[in-house]
Amino acid sequence: MKEFTYKIKDEVGIHARPAGYLAKKAKEFESVVTIEKNGKKATASKLMAVMSLGVEQGDEVTVTIEGSDEEKASVEIKKFFEENL
Amino acid sequence: MTIFEGKGICDAVAMGKISVIRKQKKEIERKNITDTESEIKRLENAENEVLSELETIREKAVGKVGEEGAAIFEIHKMMIEDEDYNDFILNMIKDEKVSAEYAVFSASKKFSELFSSMENAYMKSRATDIKEISERLINHLSGENENITDEEQVIICAEDLSPGETILLDKEKILSFVTAKGSLNSHTAILAKSMNIPAVVNVGDEFLSIIKNGDYAIADGFSGKFILNPDEETVFYYKKKSDEYKEKNDLLLSLKGKENKTIDGRRIDVFANIGNAESIKEVKENDADGIGLFRSEFIFLGRDDFPTEEEQFFVYKKIAEEMNGRKVIIRTLDIGADKQADYFGITDEENPALGLRGIRLCLSRKDVFKTQLRALYKASAYGNINIMFPMITSEKEVDEILSLCEDVRKELRKEGTTFDEKTELGIMIETPAAAIISDDLSKKVSFFSIGTNDLIQYTLACDRQNLSVEKFCDTHHKAVLKLIEMTIKNAHKNGVWVGICGELAADISLTETFIRMGVDELSVSPPYVLKLRERIRNIDLSK
Repeated sequence: MKEFTYKIKDEVGIHARPAGYLAKKAKEFESVVTIEKNGKKATASKLMAVMSLGVEQGDEVTVTIEGSDEEKASVEIKKFFEENL
Repeated sequence: MTIFEGKGICDAVAMGKISVIRKQKKEIERKNITDTESEIKRLENAENEVLSELETIREKAVGKVGEEGAAIFEIHKMMIEDEDYNDFILNMIKDEKVSAEYAVFSASKKFSELFSSMENAYMKSRATDIKEISERLINHLSGENENITDEEQVIICAEDLSPGETILLDKEKILSFVTAKGSLNSHTAILAKSMNIPAVVNVGDEFLSIIKNGDYAIADGFSGKFILNPDEETVFYYKKKSDEYKEKNDLLLSLKGKENKTIDGRRIDVFANIGNAESIKEVKENDADGIGLFRSEFIFLGRDDFPTEEEQFFVYKKIAEEMNGRKVIIRTLDIGADKQADYFGITDEENPALGLRGIRLCLSRKDVFKTQLRALYKASAYGNINIMFPMITSEKEVDEILSLCEDVRKELRKEGTTFDEKTELGIMIETPAAAIISDDLSKKVSFFSIGTNDLIQYTLACDRQNLSVEKFCDTHHKAVLKLIEMTIKNAHKNGVWVGICGELAADISLTETFIRMGVDELSVSPPYVLKLRERIRNIDLSK
């Protein structure tokens, strides 16, 4: 299992567009990507679940990646957060 | 054959199949089914149809607003495919043995409530997206969307159409608009005029329950008749009428390339009013000298989030380049009152026409306003862009705007971004207050454009969307004409040029009056440009 924490910089938080692209990205991997905010969890490939976490600017989220391709997935997912959120 | 009486717009006739745009049904009834497997198959088919429909819309939107602006349709596709949403629908069909329509309707309720109960204002408004995709699915399930092939031109029928609903319609495929509600000044009417197609408004609500997609009908813009399933004789009569109209139109086209000059030699500019970059084609076809009003709010409507600086820049640059050095006057965001976008989060107002709209909204949302100004200035490097501000009532507002523009210019200089330092700034004169203090206002800006629609509405205290006061809305009222005359006089005293960009500019019974008042430019819907040219060329001011 891989894990990292990330503080959201985007003004609107994890809004529809990045959540959509994140879901798309997460589906590229076999690993399960989970986002956690204040104890609430959502699977990254599920757009509505991620949006309903209501992640805002300044919130800290914990992202876990677990599965056969977790090495590669965690690098790319982290990169996605840094570039888009 | 059934005839409905309404009000006609544009002296022309449209004949063809109809396509109905229905508002979302408020409630879907719970219906039990027995064959869950075939119900699920039905759902899957509908989903696939919706996905390919959304892809088509997305591709179209890319051309209009760029990749980023079209992203929302990609999101809608992902929402349709969302696991939780789908599981909920499938489980309902399987466990409760209900119709797919009802299951989708329930999912729409559940998930939209999930979002609308969130604290974050942005997430709250995502509830609309859930409702929208669910509505699309339900329409496909109930077969409300079929019969119309993509290649066919149609008569669009609806209860009423908001600017947001019309923006995504493919204008090439519209023969006419027919609405149950609406007045001669409603958006549908204005849109029909700008597209030079006939429309019939206010035909009454009952027509909606009779018409079906694919029915053949005639919309008569001359008499305001809407004829459903006409008999042969009627069709013959209308074919003849529409041929005569075409002939008259061809005569006007012979005026292309000629000057807008009165018999005694007074030249004035005839510009065009448009709302999107596609209409430039019509501007050129009708030989307008420039664009007197580009309604930038149309970039903001029909979507669920603010357009970015890049998206806006894309549109403004395109217009500036296409017009190739000719004047392009872009009006900054004029939203509020009858033009609404949910994501602005404007609270309901008792009296929106007198509420937070136009420049008032921009000055209270400076972030949004500045983004637009930056995009406009950046685009100014690619042509002759002029920036115009709507709904001005005081000098203080103008001062505030001018200082914001100065801020933007400073920013751009610092960034090393090129823009036209000489970009002219002007204001709309559309409130009686602005007309009355036009002497003071003209010392601050380079040009005025008189917006007659609002000027009439505010001067005569008549809501232009309200049919019952239409007869009090005398567009030739002396008070309105006096305000226009006064504005022109004050402007010229201070070396400011004046245009008229409201509907009144196209009223050829007033053209001579306006020219005698000294107006420098008239801006009208593209189809009126040549009619106005014909009128101007027959005026002799020496008489």
